[in-house]
Amino acid sequence: MSTYVIRRLLDLGFVLFGVSVLIFLMLRLIPGDAVAIMLGANIDITPERVEALRRQLGLHLPMHEQYVQWLGGVLRGDLGRSVWTGRPVTDEILGRLPVTLQLSAMALCFAIAVAFPLGILAARARGGGADAFVRLASIVGLTVPSFWIGVLMLYATSMYLPTWPTIGYVPFAEDPWGNLARMILPTIAVSLPMIAGLTRILRSSLLDVLSLDYIRTGRAKGLASRSLFYKHALRNAMIPVITVIGVQVGYLLSGVVVIEQVFAIPGLGRLVIGAINERNYPLAQGVILVATVVFVFVNLLVDLAYAWIDPRVEYG
Amino acid sequence: MLAPARRLVRNRIGFAGFVLCLAVVIAASFAPLLATHGPREQVVRDRFQGPSTTYLLGTDNFGRDVYSRILYGFRTSIAVAFGAVGLASVLGSGAGLAAAFYGGWVDRLIMRLMDVLLAFPIILLAIAVLAVLGPGSANTALAIGIVYLPIFARLARGPALTVLSWDYVSAARALGAGGARIMARHVLPNVMAPLLVQLTVSLSTAILVEASLSFLGLGTQPPTPSLGLMLAESRDFMVLSPWTSLFSGLAILVASLGFNLFGDGLRDIVDPALRGVDN
Repeated sequence: MSTYVIRRLLDLGFVLFGVSVLIFLMLRLIPGDAVAIMLGANIDITPERVEALRRQLGLHLPMHEQYVQWLGGVLRGDLGRSVWTGRPVTDEILGRLPVTLQLSAMALCFAIAVAFPLGILAARARGGGADAFVRLASIVGLTVPSFWIGVLMLYATSMYLPTWPTIGYVPFAEDPWGNLARMILPTIAVSLPMIAGLTRILRSSLLDVLSLDYIRTGRAKGLASRSLFYKHALRNAMIPVITVIGVQVGYLLSGVVVIEQVFAIPGLGRLVIGAINERNYPLAQGVILVATVVFVFVNLLVDLAYAWIDPRVEYG
Repeated sequence: MLAPARRLVRNRIGFAGFVLCLAVVIAASFAPLLATHGPREQVVRDRFQGPSTTYLLGTDNFGRDVYSRILYGFRTSIAVAFGAVGLASVLGSGAGLAAAFYGGWVDRLIMRLMDVLLAFPIILLAIAVLAVLGPGSANTALAIGIVYLPIFARLARGPALTVLSWDYVSAARALGAGGARIMARHVLPNVMAPLLVQLTVSLSTAILVEASLSFLGLGTQPPTPSLGLMLAESRDFMVLSPWTSLFSGLAILVASLGFNLFGDGLRDIVDPALRGVDN
């Protein structure tokens, strides 16, 4: 276990290094003069302003020095300044991060809360009508565009529940009810693919475990089918489910980026899209870096949880 | 070759997926013949119409025929998805095979690079690539292709390592076969099945990612018809006419669902042991 953790952490160091290099290169790989492009939409650009921004971004230095300078800043929590507002990118991100985290966490919890009963129902009713319905629904759920569902839900709400607040965001601390009311629809939309994925893997994992010898032994020695299912089968069936939760968190973050756009939720997704549309590259770089680092650590936690739950896991 | 085809017909879900795929590919290929209007033709007086015999699926806010635009939208979806998955499967599995064959530092370097790509949430990596390259269909295909590289590299490398340890590969090597010949003639055919399944499933998700990126305004640009873009444009007018949003989203679902079901069916046919395993 401890060698596994150490090797996993070494890998993590390398991956974070690679991620930082790619995000660093993003600004430098833009064809043409990135600084001129960034200032392009601005009327009063002067050679002095271009030069000032170039120095602020450190673009006058050789590439490796630029990287060291940039990374040094990142490690100290300095992600540069937003080209338009002049505010530190870190501040812009910290203002939006709680919104995205709230939506992601709510979607994750909602997905787990819905997927478990569905997966268990399908496995227990194997081959029956409920099973067939859950299987079909989970295939459709995996491929349905969540932003389409979001758009349809907005329409349905405006038609049938016109007083329901649907658009925008209110901090939870200011107005808990208003916050949750606005978050419900986005949560449902974002969690659909995850519900589908988890239900599917839970069902097939349960069916695999139920066909194993120790379950038959349990049945033969007279264990109640209920305790056999929930105490003995479900625990073992959890292992692949945890892996899939890890994979799905990546899709979840992707879904959140798009859904924020549908419901005008001021989170990291809207921030990064706005930044790219305005050619505000330092801000875009910062958001992508922070979101990716969060994702990398979530995956690390999932891997460690996996190794902890299943002692058979070894570093492969 | 006949036996797998017969098994596909018997696999009802997979066959349904195959039919959907075929329908979407035909609609995309023969869009100019099947369309009743030009995809950019505007009849302002006929804006926001519901489905009728003239406009099979109604019209949008510019009075354009939604049915015809969906056919052309399929074209964009299919072109981007095939481009992206083609790129990712050829380069990705090539990299995976090379990693397996050479081993050592080549293997470590290639697979570590793939780990780095895999560390990004998919949409964010695609967005980063598009921020560098600029929007547009071709760049979207390239961006999705880069995002999907590691999937194919990993999928090719694992089984290739197993096959390389088999006796007949040693025999081929003893007979003087070169690396390229061993990989192409002996290893690739043996690792092909999971790659084909992944290819089909990846087409399904690539269609969704293209639609998402275009919906966000970073992918396909107007006036090229794109399903994600149609949905983005129409949602502001949903109260006036929900039809365009309804049908453009449904079209994305149909295309994505078709390839997903087909891939699922292929997986059952190719390897029953893999049944129900996701991603």
